[in-house]
Amino acid sequence: MHKQLLLGDEAIAQAALDAGMSGMYAYPGTPSTEIMEYVQASPQAARDNVCRDWSSNEKTAMEAALGMSYAGKRAMVAMKHVGLNVAADAFINSAVTGVNGGLIVVAADDPSMHSSQNEQDSRFYGKFALVPVLEPRNQQEAYDMVFDAFDLSEKYRLPVLLRITTRLAHSRASVGLREPKPRNTQSLPSNPRQFVLLPAIARKQYRALTGLFETLPADGVISGWNRLSKGTGKTGIITCGIAYNYLLENITGHQDDYPVLSVAAYPVDKKMVALLVDSCEKVLVLEEGYPMIEEQLRGLLDRDVKVMGRLDGTVPRDGELNPVIVAKALGLKTTTGKAVPSMVRQRPPSFCKGCSHADMYAALAEAIKEFGPGRVFSDIGCYTLGALPPYNMVNSCVDMGASVTMAIGATDAGLFPAVAVIGDSTFTHSGMTGLLDAVIKDSPVTLIISDNSTTGMTGGQQSQATDRIESICLGLGVSREHLRVIIPLKKNHEENVAVIREEIMHHGLSVVLARRECIQTASRNKKAESAAKNKTKE
Amino acid sequence: MKCDIILAGVGGQGILSIAATIGLAAVEKNLFLKQSEVHGMSQRGGDVQSHLRLSDREIHSDLIPEGSADLIISVEPMEALRYLPWLSPEGWIVTSSLPYVNIPDYPGLEDIMTELNKAGNTIVLDADAIAKDLGSSRSGNMVILGAASSFIALPFESLENAVRQLFKRKGEYIVELNLKALRAGRDAAGRP
Repeated sequence: MHKQLLLGDEAIAQAALDAGMSGMYAYPGTPSTEIMEYVQASPQAARDNVCRDWSSNEKTAMEAALGMSYAGKRAMVAMKHVGLNVAADAFINSAVTGVNGGLIVVAADDPSMHSSQNEQDSRFYGKFALVPVLEPRNQQEAYDMVFDAFDLSEKYRLPVLLRITTRLAHSRASVGLREPKPRNTQSLPSNPRQFVLLPAIARKQYRALTGLFETLPADGVISGWNRLSKGTGKTGIITCGIAYNYLLENITGHQDDYPVLSVAAYPVDKKMVALLVDSCEKVLVLEEGYPMIEEQLRGLLDRDVKVMGRLDGTVPRDGELNPVIVAKALGLKTTTGKAVPSMVRQRPPSFCKGCSHADMYAALAEAIKEFGPGRVFSDIGCYTLGALPPYNMVNSCVDMGASVTMAIGATDAGLFPAVAVIGDSTFTHSGMTGLLDAVIKDSPVTLIISDNSTTGMTGGQQSQATDRIESICLGLGVSREHLRVIIPLKKNHEENVAVIREEIMHHGLSVVLARRECIQTASRNKKAESAAKNKTKE
Repeated sequence: MKCDIILAGVGGQGILSIAATIGLAAVEKNLFLKQSEVHGMSQRGGDVQSHLRLSDREIHSDLIPEGSADLIISVEPMEALRYLPWLSPEGWIVTSSLPYVNIPDYPGLEDIMTELNKAGNTIVLDADAIAKDLGSSRSGNMVILGAASSFIALPFESLENAVRQLFKRKGEYIVELNLKALRAGRDAAGRP
């Protein structure tokens, strides 16, 4: 078996290619980005002509993947956990339509919020939509599960949710690879009305879905990923996903003492849970994420089984797990090294030297100074760092596109001026629709689109907005007179302050396009260019 | 055999090239390996770390438990101190002495050196100066890796092979520069 050192994300990508995927769709988002990046860079994907384009947002990605599935081919869509909120409409309904070609939805959760605004647990979405959820314990399982996920999807005609968390997504290990499988040929769904969710059809299909969901725990592939091991102890342990690794880190050599149910696929077979619970006096639940299994085990009355976990403080209520947290929950001795000396300072992320966002904020700060603080709504991207010193400019960062629409609401409440700051990629992700609302009301909002011509925060992926922002704004109805373009450079500072100030003072909608390429992508492009030049010289 | 290493630095300093070198060498020696990285927001000038675990047996946790790391390799002196809770009492610190100052309240370098010396087994070297002397100012990371090499449970030749593999597509000249840096680091550390 050929082995390769792969991130969890990369293992999923390689597996999808080997399992006969014909197309992948995604919007970048930590910790999921590397899945698409791997597929895009893969010679195998290029040779097999696998469709591998970034989408405008997670919803358009999810729908395109569903379309590929409709046409009979295997498709995958990947996103970070909050991206599944954006794609939720399509995702939930895709369980009711069902699929034709196999369809995998990868959701990469970020417990401890390393690069996110919450730590929501995507397993709930699986239960909500009534679809199988697979949650690999390690990189090899991430690879192997993709094959099973496509097979399950085609067997039950359901999308399958593959849930991973940051630690697995961004950790590398050796993965054994299989021989690639052929890809499906194009075929239409046998029932031409399968994807038509008119109420009469949807009712019938939803009823069938609820019935099908009840049978899933007994499926051999799903229950096969969940492992029950006997032990002499009276405390049973249920782990979900990578929590199992932290358990093994602590009990290797004493495994016979601990009865364990290691869960990696949902819905979980009740019989397996009963076997564990009935042989123990109490049960410790270790989950990377929300206390989902723990809540189910406790039930509403919480009196039949003695349960320990996140809800009773045995495990912290929030944040990702680690070997020490699990050791403490088991009552084992823990070690620690010396304390961090008090002189060690926090080192938060900051704008790169020469960043265009920084020059934009410097101009905005001066233009808006006389009105006092509290007037800048921002969004998700590198430019959110304008919330930190020395700028301290940003008053909101909620979800993709919310800068535009929160500014509209605030002006409706009488706030003036209200400025929205959004990046180019976030603008085409979810800012355009909000801008249409502002156009229709002529809201006195000044929208600054800080256009660095890339999706910067996630590492410089293609931005759908590049070379299109003016025409999008004009097309939505922004007036030409109040669509201004500035180049955020120190030498243009005075001029930029004047432009922003003029538009802030305008009692109607303005868009200021602050455009200068991201210095990271600019330097990468320059290197690539000179490398290409050297090559032609040779 | 197990060898748990914390790699530390500031986003953009390139600690992942050290990780990739050790990773390739571990694969060559058929060892188990897990290497957890930081991607995303912190890469913009924030503190970053990587947990790198090598073993001749299966490795379970992607994260190193506190108090059990054998080695901290840091390309920045203050960042080395941030991970002391992970270091075992017998563990070693190998760090560059060159501070990366991108915060207004960066502590005094002398205070950092005092703390590093108090921390236990420490090797501090000016990796960037050594790299510059070799005519390769960008190979500081390989100098640090060379200085740490005697504490990594891998033959030095395997690290050399990994450097050849990693920099191969950049040409023979770059490969040689990085090999020189690796060896200079080993020699500067003054350990067999």
